[in-house]
Amino acid sequence: MKRKTWNPYIAGALTGLLLVLSVLIAGKFLGASTTFARGAAVIEKTVGIDTSKFEYFTTKKGKYGPGSLPNWQLLFIVGIIVGSFISASFSKTFEIVKVPPTWAERFGDSPVKRGVAAFLGGAIALFGVRLAGGCPSGHGLSGLSQLAVSGFIALSFFFLAGLITARVIYKK
Amino acid sequence: MSLIYGLLTGILFGILLQKAEVVRFDKQVGALRLIDMTIFKFMLSAIAVGAIGVYLFKDLGFIKLSIKGTSIGAQVLGGTLFGIGWAVLGYCPGTAGGALGEGRIDAIWGILGMLFGGGLYALAYPFFKANVISIGKFGKITLPQILGINHWIIIVLFVALIIFMFRFFEKKGL
Repeated sequence: MKRKTWNPYIAGALTGLLLVLSVLIAGKFLGASTTFARGAAVIEKTVGIDTSKFEYFTTKKGKYGPGSLPNWQLLFIVGIIVGSFISASFSKTFEIVKVPPTWAERFGDSPVKRGVAAFLGGAIALFGVRLAGGCPSGHGLSGLSQLAVSGFIALSFFFLAGLITARVIYKK
Repeated sequence: MSLIYGLLTGILFGILLQKAEVVRFDKQVGALRLIDMTIFKFMLSAIAVGAIGVYLFKDLGFIKLSIKGTSIGAQVLGGTLFGIGWAVLGYCPGTAGGALGEGRIDAIWGILGMLFGGGLYALAYPFFKANVISIGKFGKITLPQILGINHWIIIVLFVALIIFMFRFFEKKGL
C-alpha cells in the first residue's frame, strides 16, 4: 500500500477478480454512469421540479428516478473516492492539483478555463454514455467480460471518438 | 447489505485505480493520444480475467449474466459523444471520483458537468428513444450467440489477442 504505483497488468487482473467476486457475492456487475442521471433526478426533485413529468425518470418502474437512490452503485462511487483517498494517503501521492499537467502544457494553468472545459466535457460525456447505455466500466469491463455485442460496439466508439478528439485538441 | 457491498467494492476498486494511476488525467489522455498504454493494460487485463471468471461461474450455475441490449444507433452515437467528452474531461464516470479522492480537484467540475449531462439526457430521452435507440435494435446478444460458437473458443481467442497486444506494447516500450 505504501508503494506509489502498482503494475497496471496486476492491478487490472485484480480488478477482473474483484468484478467476478462482486457478481458472485452481491450479484452486481461494475458500472458507474447511471448514478449521475439518478443524481440529476434527485437534484431536480430537491429544487422542486416534478421529475415524474420526465419519461426517463419513470421508465422501467422508476429505475432511473429519484427514488432509486441510495443504491449499490451510488455507494460504489462513494467507495471509489474513499479508496483512492486511502491509497493516495498511504503512498503520499495525494496532492491538490487544480489543472492537470498535460492540460496546462497545452492551454495554460488557468483553473477557470480548465473548470469550464471539464464541466462541458463531463456534460457531453454523460449525455453520450446514457444514450449508449453504459460507460467504460459498464460497457467496457462488465460488458466485454460477458462478451456482450453492445459492449464491443460502445467501447470501439468510445476510443475511436476519443482518439480523434484528443488528436484535434493536442495536435498530436 | 447491498449498500455495504457497494461501498466495499468501490473502496477496493478505488485503491486499484489509484495504484495503477488509471485515475490520472495524463494517463487517460495519454491513452487517447496513444503515448501511454496504462489504461489499455489495466482494462484489458481486467476484461481477460473477468471473462474467464464470469463464464466459469456461469457454466457452474452460480451467476447469471446481465447483458446490456444492443442498439447500433445508441451505441454508435452515444459512444461517439462520450468519446468526445471524455477526451476533453480526461476522466470517465468511474474515475472522476477516484481523481477527486487523490486531490485532483478539477474533477469536481467534471462531476457537476456529468450531473448536468444526466439531467439533459432525461429531457432529451423521448426524442432519442424514438429516433436513435430504435436503429439497429438487437436486444441482449453476445458474441458467442451471434457467431454460434462455444463461448470458450471465443474467450481463448479473445485472451490470446489481448496477450498479443500486451507483447506489442512491451516491445514498443509503450
